[in-house]
Amino acid sequence: MNPSESSVVYNTPNYLNAESGVRSWLLTRDHKRIGVMYLVLTSAAFALGGLFAMLIRIELLTPGPTIMSALTYNRMFTLHGVVMIFLFMVPAIPGIFGNFFLPLMLGAQDVAFPKLNLLSVYLYLVGAVIAVWGMIHGGADTGWTFYAPYSTTTPTKVVPILLGAFVIGFSSIVTGINFIVTTHTMRGPGLTWDRMPLFVWSIYATSVIQVLATPVLGMVLLLVAIEHAFGFGIFDPARGGDPVLFQHLFWFYSHPAVYIMVLPAMAVISEVVCAYARKNMFGYKAVAYSSLGIAFVGFFTWGHHLFTSGQSTFDAGIFGVLSMFVGIFTAIKVFNWTATLYQGAIKFTAPFAYVCGFLFFLVFGGMTGVALATVSLDVHWQDTYFVVAHFHFIMVGGTIMAFLAAIHYWWPKMFGRMYPEGWALVAACLIILGFNATFIPQFLLGNMGMPRRYYSYPAQFWPLNVASTAGATLLGFGFLLILVYLLISLRHGKVAGPNPWGSRGFEWNTPSPPSALNFPVPPVFTHGPHDYTTGAESPPSAPGEPEHA
Amino acid sequence: MPELTARAAPPLAHHFVTMRQQTEAARLGMWLFLVSEVLLFTGLFTAYSVYRFLYAGVFEEASRHGVELWAGTTNTFVLITSSLTVALAFHFARLGRGRLAAALLVVSLLLGFVFLGIKAVEYTNHFHEGQLPGKYYTFAEVQGPGASMFFTLYFIMTGLHGAHVVVGMTVLAVMAVRAWREEFGPEHYAPIEIAGLYWHLVDLIWIFLYPLLYLI
Repeated sequence: MNPSESSVVYNTPNYLNAESGVRSWLLTRDHKRIGVMYLVLTSAAFALGGLFAMLIRIELLTPGPTIMSALTYNRMFTLHGVVMIFLFMVPAIPGIFGNFFLPLMLGAQDVAFPKLNLLSVYLYLVGAVIAVWGMIHGGADTGWTFYAPYSTTTPTKVVPILLGAFVIGFSSIVTGINFIVTTHTMRGPGLTWDRMPLFVWSIYATSVIQVLATPVLGMVLLLVAIEHAFGFGIFDPARGGDPVLFQHLFWFYSHPAVYIMVLPAMAVISEVVCAYARKNMFGYKAVAYSSLGIAFVGFFTWGHHLFTSGQSTFDAGIFGVLSMFVGIFTAIKVFNWTATLYQGAIKFTAPFAYVCGFLFFLVFGGMTGVALATVSLDVHWQDTYFVVAHFHFIMVGGTIMAFLAAIHYWWPKMFGRMYPEGWALVAACLIILGFNATFIPQFLLGNMGMPRRYYSYPAQFWPLNVASTAGATLLGFGFLLILVYLLISLRHGKVAGPNPWGSRGFEWNTPSPPSALNFPVPPVFTHGPHDYTTGAESPPSAPGEPEHA
Repeated sequence: MPELTARAAPPLAHHFVTMRQQTEAARLGMWLFLVSEVLLFTGLFTAYSVYRFLYAGVFEEASRHGVELWAGTTNTFVLITSSLTVALAFHFARLGRGRLAAALLVVSLLLGFVFLGIKAVEYTNHFHEGQLPGKYYTFAEVQGPGASMFFTLYFIMTGLHGAHVVVGMTVLAVMAVRAWREEFGPEHYAPIEIAGLYWHLVDLIWIFLYPLLYLI
């Protein structure tokens, strides 16, 4: 870091300059540095997954073969799914923002188990290296769902990818345990459960799912790996195994996993909505408990992935109805967020643009989800692009909107510099438009009957596929633009000061960037988060470091 | 006790305010980890239940003729006894009697070795009899669909449990050394408590494996 350039922000002591050298980062136990490490790692994973996505879209630009063979195409969509889900969407928001802000919001000096926290980064890294090694040496062509018995017999390198995901699962469990224990035992004086920021509530709910569901996935991935390696026949009907058992065990994790991805997104949105509407959260308790509701009901919906797998009609009906309960809890959140916006003093910044995008994708994706939970409709849409578009809208759209809202909203806090607002709004437009242009054609294609994971398609699907690829290109440029201006702003951005948004979130009562020791004087909490009804600009904290900038 | 006062102040990590908070966090963290361990095995228990239901007769035959009841029963007693000695070790560590606690942990470790020894004898027999998973299955006495599945599940379940026994024994060995060095006392006992919790879970999982694989 050039001292003259960055003098204003970085000559005050903070977590970034408290220690220097590679070693101080690799062995750090500071939750803020671990958050930054997750930012770097998950962003790299996102770039890799995005690259695979672009290659898929280029291949689908024409009906026949375009740039790759059918086998390469199968590998591409598998790797896209594996990287995006296990390496980006599951760990990103909890790993980066959960680690960085949970202790700050709770008035704690760190998470409960800082060493385990560092271990979780390395488990993630080891899992990622194993999985990427497998991708380079052959990849896998099973799809990220690894359905047996194909996954147990495929000649591609499926075992390292399974083991990579297995190791990353432990990283996820460790993070979950850490956050639950931190929330229970590390809250500052006066911070009762009904004063906790909604971010914490949602991350807590996510952690519960991570601890309860991930081990089952770990087990089933291990079983597939064992079967692939030794031919034990656990899921192989030729040896008395039951492939539907695989689907049950797999979706017992992988359906709750979509709430592992979207609950942190909801966590971010609750914070950002309040900050830019300058209003207290409307229906705080409803939003808080609906997070737990989603986590709970999410465990009883996995059967909606098995509507066409020979499940009884009765079971399918029950799973369909239970799936719709998720819609109720989600709607509670959406209505409360919009009610918070009502008559708010809205500041239309880039994070707020992403909130709007989030609400659109969540509602549109959610409605199509309720439609898909209806058995008779799902039989028509099963394994078509309609399903692909649905889960990209709600899960990917939701998570990415929230991820981008979070990175812009908290960038000044994490690095002490402002991002360029104008460019950020341009990028937000590119991404929201690009996302719609990518996936709305896919809804139409799916409804017309185009199956997912196919290498080529009849000529009548051509125009919509071109539209989808064009949208993906817009998306790609949007992300590149964000990467460029954020990196530039690290050095040349306007100095942010402790609270550029005038936010009343607890984490803003620290200097930007926060000091290595979070609170020289532990804060005392006297009211809830985002309380815009009281006069004070920074309410709960005892005076900490002298403010600078 | 004089050595109690002489003992160094228990280590309080910088991010905790009180020792009690630190102990509570460690305990809650361990319980959550145990929950995740239970769910890891739940996948296997589910698979077992499904195949037991599908191949009820063959599974019964396999458990009657394929595994040795005496071995499973002895191992059950061995593990439960080791849990008792771990519980006693925790009790005495908390009273500041580290040497006695260490001795009890060594007894637990020896019982762990007995368990693994008996398991090794069983595995050797299975190999000789051809009671092996999947395509390696050649045991003539029990045949039919699902016969190899019983042993697939048997080896995966007892194998994963055995791995947990080894991890648990490593943890107990570390605790024995720390107890011998008189690190624990009325204020500082969380490490040995959570190590004990882990060992009890390993024990508890066996208590479920034993009837499923040897009795029913």
